[in-house]
Amino acid sequence: MALRTLITRKTLGLGLQSEARNLGFGFRHARELQTFSLPDLPYDYSALEPVISGEIMQLHHQKHHQAYITNYNKALEQLEEAMAKGDSSTVVKLQSAIKFNGGGHINHSVFWKNLSPIHEGGGEPPKGSLGWAIDTNFGSLEALVKNINTEGAALQGSGWVWLGLDKEMKKLVVETTANQDPLVTKGANLVPLLGIDVWEHAYYLQYKNVRPDYLKNIWKVLNWKYASEVYEKECP
Amino acid sequence: MHSTAVATSLTCALLPFQGILGALESNHCLQWRKQERRCSQKARRTLVAAQFELKPPPYSLNALEPHMSHEIIEYHWGKHQRGYVENLNRQILGSELDGMALGDIILVSYNKGDLLPAFNNAAQIWNHEFFWESMKPGGGGKPSGDLLELIERDFGSFEGLVREFKLAASTQFGSGWAWLAYKANRLDVGNAINPCPSEEDKKLVVVKSPNAVNPLVWDYSPLLTVDVWEHAYYLDYENRRADYISVFMEKLVSWEIVSYRLEMAKARANEREEERKREEEEENMSDIEAVEMYLDSETDESETE
Repeated sequence: MALRTLITRKTLGLGLQSEARNLGFGFRHARELQTFSLPDLPYDYSALEPVISGEIMQLHHQKHHQAYITNYNKALEQLEEAMAKGDSSTVVKLQSAIKFNGGGHINHSVFWKNLSPIHEGGGEPPKGSLGWAIDTNFGSLEALVKNINTEGAALQGSGWVWLGLDKEMKKLVVETTANQDPLVTKGANLVPLLGIDVWEHAYYLQYKNVRPDYLKNIWKVLNWKYASEVYEKECP
Repeated sequence: MHSTAVATSLTCALLPFQGILGALESNHCLQWRKQERRCSQKARRTLVAAQFELKPPPYSLNALEPHMSHEIIEYHWGKHQRGYVENLNRQILGSELDGMALGDIILVSYNKGDLLPAFNNAAQIWNHEFFWESMKPGGGGKPSGDLLELIERDFGSFEGLVREFKLAASTQFGSGWAWLAYKANRLDVGNAINPCPSEEDKKLVVVKSPNAVNPLVWDYSPLLTVDVWEHAYYLDYENRRADYISVFMEKLVSWEIVSYRLEMAKARANEREEERKREEEEENMSDIEAVEMYLDSETDESETE
């Protein structure tokens, strides 16, 4: 998975902190434990306006994503301690915190790459093999968008709606996950191409209760280039 | 079924309390509405459907300022809750749920956790009505009387309750609710009934629930709730859920209504116990009668022979 590959590569270089931060990922060593830090956005907070306000982007990144990372790191440290002591109760008890917060970190890291300012190609429909795969699997891009918007609007509570690739079957799927469950919880072979955050914090300040409007508009800043890259890597 | 007993007891207990308190108990209004059936305005002329209504909070929408803004209540009640009401009415029209009391719809559609489509809307209507009624302008402070006594018994102190309630509310991951509830002789397992009930088993508990779930489905009596869906606080507090919960506890909670709900819950629990004792007695009586009948018929047979 992209995230893990990037972190593994980083261990080879010296001056890890600055190099990693430039590329959007950072981590520090605490003994053997790898912990995480907030990746930079590849664009300014206001770059996605008027589709997503700068206010939302800043809160979403600096508060929500950061909180997941902080709590994920804390849970990992507690897990390391519990594992070293053979404290099975604590190991098991920590699983939900790891799933929530680790999932939150994974999902948001993908999400920032799923978005792109309009002047940098955000919203441009997919070409090449992904475009073709979408037509094959869903009939048309419009049909896919309608599918995702329907699923996203119908999701009760908090969660995500995904365009995923089943890398075994080489098929595209639309899936939803609850809370911060990553796509892989719906199938071990599923790779996220695009994820749309439908937690209320992702849109409320701007769209209030009208989640369907948020979903309708977000396609204008969706980064199909990233989705294509991931797709082509798994289906060369 | 327990659900009917709950709904009925709430209504019966409330008839003498018509005034402000009567109006505050949501199920009362809904039972009344069930009797006062209204024709659906949709096509089918022969169909008479009970329609749920968007019940307003017991105070004006700006009355909780500055702790909860007019704006957020306009959206929360005026858009979200209205949506649940309209969607539920649409969903149940012409179905077997049509005409049922809200509490009953909740229990039926909960379906032991395998939620049926109407659950989310029905439960969210109930939850929100309960939520608005849990607050009042100039709220906060401390509870007193029986409620305070039970709180001190079950949580050590009022501060202990506040700590546990805040913890539940802030660790409910994703959308959901935190509750103070009265758990009358209910075991921690599904709908199991405690076979050896004692006063200590009638406890106050703090619980949290995801999305639309509420303690009615565990057969607890809810006493207080705070909504921790992001829409409940985001416009006022952004991501700072902990601040919202603190303000809720310190400035908004109506301990009077919580005390009132506790009295109702205790009355309901006693009523249920009485009923169970009666049923047990009746069972014993019929067992004895059956034995006697058996003996009598034996005697008769021997006589004819």
